[in-house]
Amino acid sequence: MQLDVRLPMGMMFVIIGVILSLYGLITWSDAEMYQRSLGYNVNLWWGLFLAAFGAAMLLLARRAAIRTKRDAPSPQSP
Amino acid sequence: MPHLSIALAPVDYLILAVYFVFVLGIGWALRRYMKTSSDFFLSGRAIPAWICGLAFISANLGAQEVIGMAASGAKYGIMTSHFYWVGAIPAMVFVGIFMMPFYYGSKARSVPEYLKLRFDEKTRAFNAISFAVMTVFSSGISMHALARLLEQILGFPYDLCIAVSALIVLAYIFLGGLTSAIYNEVLQFFMIVFGFVPLVWLGLESVGGWDALVAKLNTVAASPANPAGKVFAEGAWTQSWAHMTSPDANPMGVEWFGMVMGLGFVLSFGYWCTDFLVVQRAMAADSMSAARRTPLIAAVPKMLFPALVILPGMIAIAMHHELGDFLPKDENGATDFNMTVPVMLARFCPSGLLGVGITALMASFMSGMAGNVTAFNTVWTYDLYQSYIRPGQPDRHYLRMGHIITVVGILISVACAYVAREFNNIMDMLQLVFGFVNAPLFATFLLGMFWRRATGHGAFFGLLAGTGAAALHHGLTLPAGATVGVKGGWLVGGHVLHTYPVDMAQNFWAAIFAWTGCFVVTIAVSLATRRNKTDDELRGLVYSLTPRVKEHGVAWYLQPALLGTVVLAAAVVLNLIFW
Repeated sequence: MQLDVRLPMGMMFVIIGVILSLYGLITWSDAEMYQRSLGYNVNLWWGLFLAAFGAAMLLLARRAAIRTKRDAPSPQSP
Repeated sequence: MPHLSIALAPVDYLILAVYFVFVLGIGWALRRYMKTSSDFFLSGRAIPAWICGLAFISANLGAQEVIGMAASGAKYGIMTSHFYWVGAIPAMVFVGIFMMPFYYGSKARSVPEYLKLRFDEKTRAFNAISFAVMTVFSSGISMHALARLLEQILGFPYDLCIAVSALIVLAYIFLGGLTSAIYNEVLQFFMIVFGFVPLVWLGLESVGGWDALVAKLNTVAASPANPAGKVFAEGAWTQSWAHMTSPDANPMGVEWFGMVMGLGFVLSFGYWCTDFLVVQRAMAADSMSAARRTPLIAAVPKMLFPALVILPGMIAIAMHHELGDFLPKDENGATDFNMTVPVMLARFCPSGLLGVGITALMASFMSGMAGNVTAFNTVWTYDLYQSYIRPGQPDRHYLRMGHIITVVGILISVACAYVAREFNNIMDMLQLVFGFVNAPLFATFLLGMFWRRATGHGAFFGLLAGTGAAALHHGLTLPAGATVGVKGGWLVGGHVLHTYPVDMAQNFWAAIFAWTGCFVVTIAVSLATRRNKTDDELRGLVYSLTPRVKEHGVAWYLQPALLGTVVLAAAVVLNLIFW
């Protein structure tokens, strides 16, 4: 396959997840802001989840790439 | 006059920017794979099933879906789920198991091309032209809706929104063709899910959970101040079937027969089984088995979407009823249900998560737009340009045409967006006419695929008759309280034969008449005319003349028939739980 969609997708969700959770850490003490989300620091938790999802996608893409490489016969084999 | 304003923080803009960088980056990374017209229009038929399946559902998950279904969730409650569990799942299973063997197996490159192989040129031309015009307008309407929403809630300039959304969609389709659209649809799918899950969870948490929501919605049903302005029995907002014996007993104003036949059969099968916008995603699959699994994989998230798009509407109406002014009013002073999702975002999402939510909203508009553009450029290039304008050119020529028509198509969409902004009535009328043309289509495909005696003349005049029947029905009936014109009754100047309680009921019945008209006339004309295709020519196009698909080398749990059965059973269970 030409380009594994899990690669860009994984990268994007890792980046967005990290941005979100960092923002959640910075704004940790801003109780007023998190009144909207019923007192939960949703940025931190959801950011961590998105980053984990992204990382899982990257892992799957990597595994698939290794498998394709192993299965495909190398071009210069006799 | 903005009646709801959301302020974005820098972090929200940052998230939005990251998303757009990846959307464009995917197009850029794919550009070197676009060597032939088949790469550009069909993704070289090399996409795995799960990606096609998510793209299939994402192309359908346009703007109207997210904004409109939340609005319906507020207005009609859980009955809106009929658009999913009745109006989508059975048709998706049907197209995967029974129709995909002909679409994919015939090697047709588009739905109109299948009609040409099965029937004749005029049937294909009729379908290709109406489809091409319709997709370009739909894409324009999506763009308009996005720009107007961003103008209203974020205060962005309208022209800038149009320009940016048009350029982004143009760039990634121009560079990477259908593959780029499909990959981005997968991205958009997850973006939409991840943007809405926290919203729904926070909403439910704040009203006190599902049981508390049901109790609150029962007071909505019992109050004459609810969206329908009428008192209903308990559960009218939280039970999907129990109140459908009569149109007066539920807020949607429909009864079960019109709903099951009109929505569940005619409209739903007409859309999922014949609309090239979605079928194109399955045709891009890397094997017959993957193509058949595509709609079945798509059916799983489709079945669960009510929790994501309808539930926010139900939460919003419960809160609106309690607080009195949760949802804003539109310029006429009526409650603006289309603001349901933005209001929920503003209420529950702090900066950061808000960026994810707004990005999800934009993603849903763009997936709808891009889906229409890719379907349009394929039908234009293969079914109109290559067939009637410049046949017999080298493949390179058609690839170039694909690039050119992508630009032209988006320019026409932009023009349509501005027309929609200035003259809303024109758009209403166009959508009405498209409705007439689309309603009978499924009868043509059903007879084409399962009755070898159906002829080209039969199909063509059947389609005309079905379209005519829909128009006639519309001209003779009117929803209650509507004025004669775009809403109906124009043939008889208000002395209508039948008055429907709501326009949705009128739509359902128009579809039933259109389908029946097309079905009967196609059979009659086919029997009166000679067959124009021999059995040999129909091999691979008609059920009785095509060897059954054998799924070799596919694990038993991936067999389409098994997957389809599981999906259908799950849909039945969902209907029973929320009966």
